[in-house]
Amino acid sequence: MLLIQQFVNSIMLGSVYVTVAVAFTLTIGVLNFLNFTIPTLFMLAGMVGWALAYWGLPFGLSGPLPWPLALFFGLCAAILASLVVERFTFRYLKTRYGDSTEHAIPLVSSLGFLLVLENLVRIGYGTDAQRFPGPSADLTMSVGGIFVRIPQLVSLGIVVLIVVGLTWLLKRSRIGRGLRAIAENPDAANILGVDTNRVVPVVFMLTGLLCGLAGALFAVNYGEVSPQMGEDIGTKAIAGMVVGGLGSIWGAVLGGLIVGLTEMMTIHFFGADTVQVAVWGLLLLTLLLRPQGLLGHHSIGKGKL
Amino acid sequence: MSGYWAGILSILAINVIFAYGIFLPVATGQLNLGGAGFQALGAYTAAYLSATFGLPVPVTVGVGMVVAGVVGFLIAFPILRTRGVYLVLATFAFAEVVAGTILNSETLGGAMGMSVPAFIDWDVPVITAVAVTLFVFYLMSTRFGLTMRATHDDEVVTDLMGVNIRMVQVSAFAIGGALAGLAGGLYAHSFSFVEIQSFNALVSIYVLLYVLLGGTQTAWGPLAGAAFFTLLPELLRTVLPQVKTFLATLVGIEGPVGPPDDSWRFVILGALTIAMMVLRPEGLITRTLIERLRFRRSAAPKEQVA
Repeated sequence: MLLIQQFVNSIMLGSVYVTVAVAFTLTIGVLNFLNFTIPTLFMLAGMVGWALAYWGLPFGLSGPLPWPLALFFGLCAAILASLVVERFTFRYLKTRYGDSTEHAIPLVSSLGFLLVLENLVRIGYGTDAQRFPGPSADLTMSVGGIFVRIPQLVSLGIVVLIVVGLTWLLKRSRIGRGLRAIAENPDAANILGVDTNRVVPVVFMLTGLLCGLAGALFAVNYGEVSPQMGEDIGTKAIAGMVVGGLGSIWGAVLGGLIVGLTEMMTIHFFGADTVQVAVWGLLLLTLLLRPQGLLGHHSIGKGKL
Repeated sequence: MSGYWAGILSILAINVIFAYGIFLPVATGQLNLGGAGFQALGAYTAAYLSATFGLPVPVTVGVGMVVAGVVGFLIAFPILRTRGVYLVLATFAFAEVVAGTILNSETLGGAMGMSVPAFIDWDVPVITAVAVTLFVFYLMSTRFGLTMRATHDDEVVTDLMGVNIRMVQVSAFAIGGALAGLAGGLYAHSFSFVEIQSFNALVSIYVLLYVLLGGTQTAWGPLAGAAFFTLLPELLRTVLPQVKTFLATLVGIEGPVGPPDDSWRFVILGALTIAMMVLRPEGLITRTLIERLRFRRSAAPKEQVA
């Protein structure tokens, strides 16, 4: 029974990883770009949400906001930040000399953004973890002896909706066709009339949206936010993405859930300290034995960043 | 020499060695985002040997260097089969696995850290750093250095020219690992204490940024990058409070202003990174720049026009 409870918990935890992993896999799949700002966007949504719920709008424009509204603004902040990142990591970067570390330029820029955003949040809000004022009552439901928290169930539903919606967007809509064309061959897509400067920001908007939602759901479910909260989630989402296969959305879903399950089962059997080794060992093993991951294709990310 | 400057010189020397450890793989075109893992291997080996067996410093540091180098050599074979994004992720995962293993090892002190009995003053790291710098400059001037540069510029052509690029890449990775381990060993003895939290993912990120911002084309790059970013926070420590007070009086806030936050220097490092990648992605110091400083005609196409 305890094991089943752990299993349910791991799905709940995994759903946060899934959302962030989908954001990672989307930028890699379309733009071949490992976006290291994703953990920070996740954190930004949570921290801005907390600050608005605690202090209200800046310059004394309002008192403390109710938490759903505050989280909505946090989500908007994540999307905005993501669009700023697009400007400086992707738009201006043209290859000049064509040597082999050149693909790394957007990646290095995103590392720069990681440092800037995270430390600005530290300067603004302090480094301590803060309690997030979520739904007041402890909404727990018991199904045959298994406890399920209602907010977590709702978040799981939202995550499923997002992933289905995203798949639909990529497969059926005009924007999605453009995105897939860019993923296939950016130059050819450009020649055939896909406006890169209009389509690429969509990827970053979706990234911001996914990370913001994940951050908001995390804040509500775990009731705590901190400037460091993105690091752990971000690295585990990367692990999930790699296990599932780079560039595959359903792979990220599967990988996120597997990482959640690995984490819970490692805690259950070996204790909390071994989680890092288990999750990263899983990642290293996947990279060495099956680099394309469970559901990935071999071509994405190979030789290019 | 005051303790303040001695501390700065030690950390500067250690950072220079560490930066060269990451420079070697990057100069062959492989981004190594697992620097902290190699540094931790060297530091913990030195700490363990010193604390348990009381071995002298040259032995502990030397063994730490060898351990990191051998581990680098062994993992280079599987890891360098991957490329691009996968290589970055694999090196990153390697560092996390090392950190996680040390965190769970009771002989190495786990999360509590470990104190190191033997202490070294600033002169040992500085002399070592000079030696390492000379070594890397020499290495880059040899035929091996030439093949490293060629591999970085174009793997396929270099391979066709008959260079065993796999050998070049694995050697560069392993020597780089050994240098990072050396930096770790010196770190352990300079600070008399190691804890795994000081070898986290951010350390790997910083050192990679030092190298990339300094420039990977010549051996001057990491030296400039590491020196700049080690000395910058010290400069900021004196300048920032004055700027803050000035701004505060400008806005009209009287009274004491909070002490400068350590976070600011990371904001500046990050902002510089973003600006550099937009304006000068090849790094601060390039081959062309050095040729120009020597008043030699450059081989770059821009000069040939005239």
